[in-house]
This record gives sequence, C-alpha cells and structure tokens, in this order.
Amino acid sequence: MAMVPRAAVQELEAALAAGQAVRGRSLWADARRRFMANRAALVSLAVLVLIALFAFFGGWIAVWDIETTDWSALGTGAAVNGRPSLATGHYFGTDQDGRDLFARTVQGTRISLMVGIVGSLVAVVVGTLYGAVSGFVGGRTDQVLMRIVDVMMSIPFMFVLILLLVVFGRSIIMIFVGVGLISWLEMARIARGQALSIKNMEYVEAAVAIGVRPMTIILRHIVPNLAGIVTVYATLLIPNMIIIESFISFLGLGVQDPQTSLGALISRGAAQMQYGTLWMLLFPLGFLIVMLFTFFYVGDGLRDALDPKDR
Amino acid sequence: MSSFIIRRLLVAIPTILVLIVISYVLMFAAPGGPFNSERPLPPQVLANIEARYGLDRPYLVQMADYVWNVVAHFDFGPSFQYRDQTVNSIIRQGFPVTLTYGLWAFAVSVVIGVGLGVVAAVRHNSWIDYVAVGVSVGAQVLPNFVIAPILVLVFTLWLGWLPGGGWNGGAWQNVIMPVIALAASYTASIARIMRSSMLEVLNSAFIRTARAKGLPMRRIILRHALKPALLPLLSYLGPAFVAMITGSFVVDMYFSTGGIGQFFVNSALNRDYPVIMGITILMGALTILFSLVVDVLYAWIDPKIRY
Repeated sequence: MAMVPRAAVQELEAALAAGQAVRGRSLWADARRRFMANRAALVSLAVLVLIALFAFFGGWIAVWDIETTDWSALGTGAAVNGRPSLATGHYFGTDQDGRDLFARTVQGTRISLMVGIVGSLVAVVVGTLYGAVSGFVGGRTDQVLMRIVDVMMSIPFMFVLILLLVVFGRSIIMIFVGVGLISWLEMARIARGQALSIKNMEYVEAAVAIGVRPMTIILRHIVPNLAGIVTVYATLLIPNMIIIESFISFLGLGVQDPQTSLGALISRGAAQMQYGTLWMLLFPLGFLIVMLFTFFYVGDGLRDALDPKDR
Repeated sequence: MSSFIIRRLLVAIPTILVLIVISYVLMFAAPGGPFNSERPLPPQVLANIEARYGLDRPYLVQMADYVWNVVAHFDFGPSFQYRDQTVNSIIRQGFPVTLTYGLWAFAVSVVIGVGLGVVAAVRHNSWIDYVAVGVSVGAQVLPNFVIAPILVLVFTLWLGWLPGGGWNGGAWQNVIMPVIALAASYTASIARIMRSSMLEVLNSAFIRTARAKGLPMRRIILRHALKPALLPLLSYLGPAFVAMITGSFVVDMYFSTGGIGQFFVNSALNRDYPVIMGITILMGALTILFSLVVDVLYAWIDPKIRY
C-alpha cells in the first residue's frame, strides 16, 4: 500500500471539522478515474472519436461521391491523376476504376463501425438478458438454454455466415443478421456466470423474500450489476465484429459494389500493389489497423477500470 | 471417463446433424435453381438436367437421400460448377494442400509461441519481455487478411525473395508466407498464455526449492517448470489445431494455394451448392470431432478436470 499523503489527510480533517459532507466515490466514478489515468486508453479513445467523425461526416468534405468514375484517372492516368492530391479532390487518390478513394474509405469505415456497434448492441441486449435469465432461473431452464448456446457455438460460424450470404443475397442487412446471430453467445455465457453469483447476494434474497417478481429482480438487481463486465466485453467485441465483416468483404462475399467496406477496399488495393499504386492498399489498411488497435486499447483500459477481479 | 465421452458424443452427433440440415434447408431456400442462367434453357433440357441430379424428386426424399449418402457413404454428390468433378474429388484435391500448410503453421506457432512465452517469463520485465508482449499484441489484433498483403508487399514486391502466390507442389518458397499468415495470431496467443502460466509456475514453491538446491536455471526451466506451465496451454491448443488444419479462406484465396478454402469461396461466388455444403459439413464435422478428441485427451492428461 502506498502511504497516504499527509497533506490530503489534513485537508480531510479540516473539511470534516468544518462540517462539510465528504463526497463518496461511486463504482463508476472510481472506474472513470482509473480509466483517465490510463494514457494509452485515453489517446485511443480520442483517436476513435476522430475516426467516428471521419466516418459519419467525412462525406461533407469529399469532393467526389463513391461511384463516379474520374476518367482522367484511368489506365495510364492512374499513376498520375489518381495519386492522392488536394488539387484533384482525390485526397486519398482513386481506385483502379477511377473512383474516389476518400469517399470510399469514409463509407467503408462507416460500415465497419456500424457492424461493430450493431454486433455489440445485440450482444448487450440479447446476450445479457439471456444469460441473466438463465443464471437466475437455474435448474432445467438453465440447462436447456446453455445447451442451446453450446450447440450454436460449436457450429463453424464462418461457413454458415457465407452460406447465408450466398443464399439470401449479399447485403449489409444479411451481414448484420449474421453478426447478430453469433455475437451474443459468449456474452450470454459471461452474463450467466455473473448472474449465478449475484443470485446469492443478500439483496436478491431480500427482494425474493418480499415477493418481487422474478423478471423485475432480473431487470432491477441482476442486470445493473452486470453492467461493468458487459461494458468491457462489448467493447472488446466490436473489433471482432469488424474483423468478421472485413474478412467476408475481403473474400468478395460482403456488400455489393458500388457500396464498399474496408475489407473490400483492402482486397482490391492488395490486388493492385504491383502497379505502384500503393495508396489503394495503404489508406484503407491504415484505417482498419488504427481502428483495431484503438478498440483493443480502449477495451483493455475499460477492463482495468471496471473488472472487479483485478482490484 | 466413458460416461464423459458418451455425454460429449451426445452433443457432438446432433450438432453435426443440425449443421447438415441447416445447410440443406438454406440451400433449398435459395431463390433460383443452380441451372438458371442468363439464357433460359429449354424446359425439356432443364427437366433432363434436374433428373440427372435428382432434383425432380420430392424435397424430403432428396434431403433424406443426401443425408444418407453423406453419413453412410461419405459421398457429397456431384459439383454443379465443375461438371466433371464430384465434391469428393474436389476435397481430395484441396484438402492435402490445406493440411500441409496448416500442420506447418501449427508446428511453427507452438515452437515459436512457447519459446517466446518462456523467454519473456524468465526475463520478466526486461526488454525482451516488452518486445514479446508488443509483438504478440500486434499479431493478435491484426487479422490474417491484413498480415497477408503486408507480407507480399515486403517479401515479394520490395525484397523479391518469395513468390506472391501459387502452390508449386508445395515448394518451400510457396509455403512460407501462407504459414506465417496463418500462424501469426495463434503464435501470439500461445506466447501470451505461455508467458502468464510460466510466470505463475516460476513463483511457486517447488521452483524455489529447486533454486535453493542450486540447480542451474536451464535445468529448472526444462525439467521442472515447463511441464506444469504447458498444462493451461493445452485447452487452447485443441481448438487452435482444428482451426489451423482446416486452413483459412483468406490464406487460400490470397495466396492461390489451391486449398480447400479457395474452392469454397469460388463455389460460394458461383452458387455451387453441393460443394459449399460438402465443405461446410466436412469442416464442421472435423471441428466438432477434434474438439471432442481434445476434450477427452485433456481430461486424461489433467486429473483435476472433472468429467
């Protein structure tokens, strides 16, 4: 334990003597303080905010839209007029079809962010409730609910997702559905484990004793106490969901042209790298890498701040 | 023990069947038949083709027939797209390639991962520890479709050392990059798990005793610390092994290895349903069976596991 600084103690003494109330520190205030002290997490959060602004408002500063072909940037012109430049309005250059890469990167980043957010929202809502109900009710219900999760988890998900996309057509909605199908499973397990231990707390017993209905107990007592771990896990889930979507798009099975996503941009850029038009690869790749790292560090910072195990 | 195996089988077999049925139902839900093309075939021709592939029979009969052929004869039927090939011959062609680089990737990731983890734990908080942790965060965060283009950019385009794709009968130059791209994230995870379990073991009493006896550090690590430290790794290695030998779509596609993933993605793009289903079912069954085997092995190695 660190020594408590004498000055602080004296300050507290003075405050108490003056009859001022000492403000308590809630769990969340405590967590915020710990998070703010984590420089990597804080910088990452700032970068993420910038990326989100870029993804949702970048379209306003784009000169070109995502599908108009700049004919002067085609063929032999690609290496000259397709270069990233402020003068032509192609801030990030053009792709091999002469379309503006800045506008396309903005859109790709937006789709990636949206997939990540939708995936983790589904996980938060469905996974938390499913797990909380399973853990709180227990018994045979718990057995059945968890066995369903086991079976779903052992199905090779990527194959089924691709099958879904092939059968019902490649669209962003289908990707959301696929991501939603998988994302809540792990969360349900985590929430169930926590609910099992919360269930035996005195305040839950008290609630049961005075006849509060089970669903109300789950919503009022169990779910709020899951909030910490759910936040951490939901943040760490976002990059996974982004990776799944980019992976599918990289294989050419994701959203249809002219719509695009970071995975599709990386795949097309990588196919052109031997022609000296490296910007086609490096811009989308850079955005994806920065996004994955920043989400990782923010999630890591949140875990340090919120996870009760590490205290 | 045997009840544990039986219980696991009771979950595994329905899972495989569910997988088969899901794939089959999805395939039938697909709008448009496999032989619909831009220029419609004459109805008689279409009827003949459908009869040839047995598509004119009732839905449930077809499904029962398919499941029976798969389960009893291990026969996935003909391919729609590659007219002269069956799904089985495609798997026979692609799977050895995938298996080859998958096994290499497994070997590489275990050797490097364990080595890196042990060194990082033994030299805890030294520069080599920080480098190991940094590298493994990077390799863990970055997916293989990011690593693969970077590898090609550096080793093919800038340095010109390795060919950028193809299989070439499994020549080592062609195998290296697929192996690295596949192994990177697993190596990182293995190193991380190994480092933390090794740190825990090194702090335990019997290691202190061994040091007090004056054993040299190398002997302590190899003879005393390594074995218990490997135990937590085992439960990770099982799923990782399965994931690696079934390969990766990205590695197969990007490096054009001719592995199973390339067939899968091409079939998915061309709606070649029998191939998609055959590969899905094969890989799913492999995944489920191997994780069963691994669980049993794990229960056998570690007596602390209750089954």
